Amino acid sequence: MSGGRITALKPAPFGYSAPASLAEALAVLAEVGEHAKVLAGGQSLLPLLSMRLAAPRHLVDINRVPGLDRVEIVDGSVRVGALVRHTDLERHEGAAAAQPLLRQALRLVGHPTIRNRGTCVGSIAHADPAAELPGVLVVLGGRVEASTAWGSRQVPAAEFFLSPLETALRPGELATSVSFPVAGPRTGTAFVELSRRRGDYALVGVAAVVELAPDTSISSARVGLVSVGPTPLLVDLSEVLVGRPGGARELAAAAALALEHAEPEADIHASAQYRARLVEVLTTRALAQALANASHEEAA
Amino acid sequence: MRAQADDGLPAGPAAGEQTREVTLRVNGVGHRLRLPVRRLLSDALRHDLERTGTHVGCEHGVCGACTVLLEGRPVRSCLILAVSVDGQDITTVEGLAAPDGGLHPVQQAFRERHGLQCGFCTPGFLLTTVAFLRETPQPSEEQAREAISGNLCRCTGYQNILASVLRAAELSAGREEQA
Repeated sequence: MSGGRITALKPAPFGYSAPASLAEALAVLAEVGEHAKVLAGGQSLLPLLSMRLAAPRHLVDINRVPGLDRVEIVDGSVRVGALVRHTDLERHEGAAAAQPLLRQALRLVGHPTIRNRGTCVGSIAHADPAAELPGVLVVLGGRVEASTAWGSRQVPAAEFFLSPLETALRPGELATSVSFPVAGPRTGTAFVELSRRRGDYALVGVAAVVELAPDTSISSARVGLVSVGPTPLLVDLSEVLVGRPGGARELAAAAALALEHAEPEADIHASAQYRARLVEVLTTRALAQALANASHEEAA
Repeated sequence: MRAQADDGLPAGPAAGEQTREVTLRVNGVGHRLRLPVRRLLSDALRHDLERTGTHVGCEHGVCGACTVLLEGRPVRSCLILAVSVDGQDITTVEGLAAPDGGLHPVQQAFRERHGLQCGFCTPGFLLTTVAFLRETPQPSEEQAREAISGNLCRCTGYQNILASVLRAAELSAGREEQA
């Protein structure tokens, strides 16, 4: 149809492979190593390529690799394969029942159209400090399965995020799945965030997990904070909440403790002072919702 | 990376450019063509297939003008490489009207409720709405707002677009009753 005169090429040139099996994908990654980027949903990578903020020499498109699109609930975890789209996990009833925080957070990831293509594992491997799912992985103490042609290792969430857009994945490794621990009994979760428009990145986001003792006092409480540090931050709030019922004064103390750990910075979207205030307000809201959900669990 | 054709077919015109032969299935018709691997789906539709109904606005996934259906689900065609969707079903705005030119109920609703002014964003709104109503045939106003929140319009102020989405639900329901 069209001739060679049509250019319409936004990304810089790259080599491209579309492996048809995991073994082939890992072999290609072993060969191209540090010069490669993995393409799954591409909802973060494609803008970087089109604006030429990134120009990898080689793209390894894993969209044709079979077996990576599974959601499984095994060994006390929701295991999410590298090709599971946000929409698919959001609609997965088994996953929502096993770990409610997943659906609570996924509803806030971009827009529905972005969630149709973007993948959960891709969002975590991209490691944007304002993204929701890295915060979920950190607060739940999940892990990332990193595979090479020679084997795989499990990287705990606490060791996975190094700095903005940088993870513990090594050249040649593919993040083949992430595992989120299932919720225990008498546990409530919540994800709250504030963004300027629906679907935008969060100015601040807070993922909360609260566990109750049989007497309904709090037995553990922690939050994952996003967009207030170079990586998602985990803050254990047990010292101010354990053994207590979780009234307004205690939640305020917990919010103050969360703020001590946050590193809010100014950018074009919000001042550091505003972000700091949001950490307190959203931590209080997230904890209150998580507590309500835990009490609901208890009653059920 | 040297110029190469990784499937044994002759390389494309531009030197130093990796190309690949793919089938783009657009509105039910397969098109076999050789593309640079870095061609975006939006550009393949517009430049290679000359289907200019898919509009490109921001070209980095924010505005929603380039939304198409991929295997029935709305996606941003500017955030997908054309070679990535080899053989998959793509629906563009050109695929909505009936062969005799009769408008799709969603198009009819946008016409009735003045859901467009300049029309630039309209293809994206139409396809987003078509997919939304398939899954949510009787949406609340709040659900309709959420559904179109990823599409930007600089003319209408959205009120008539929202009315169009709700009208489209009525028209679609009426069509099913007749069928």
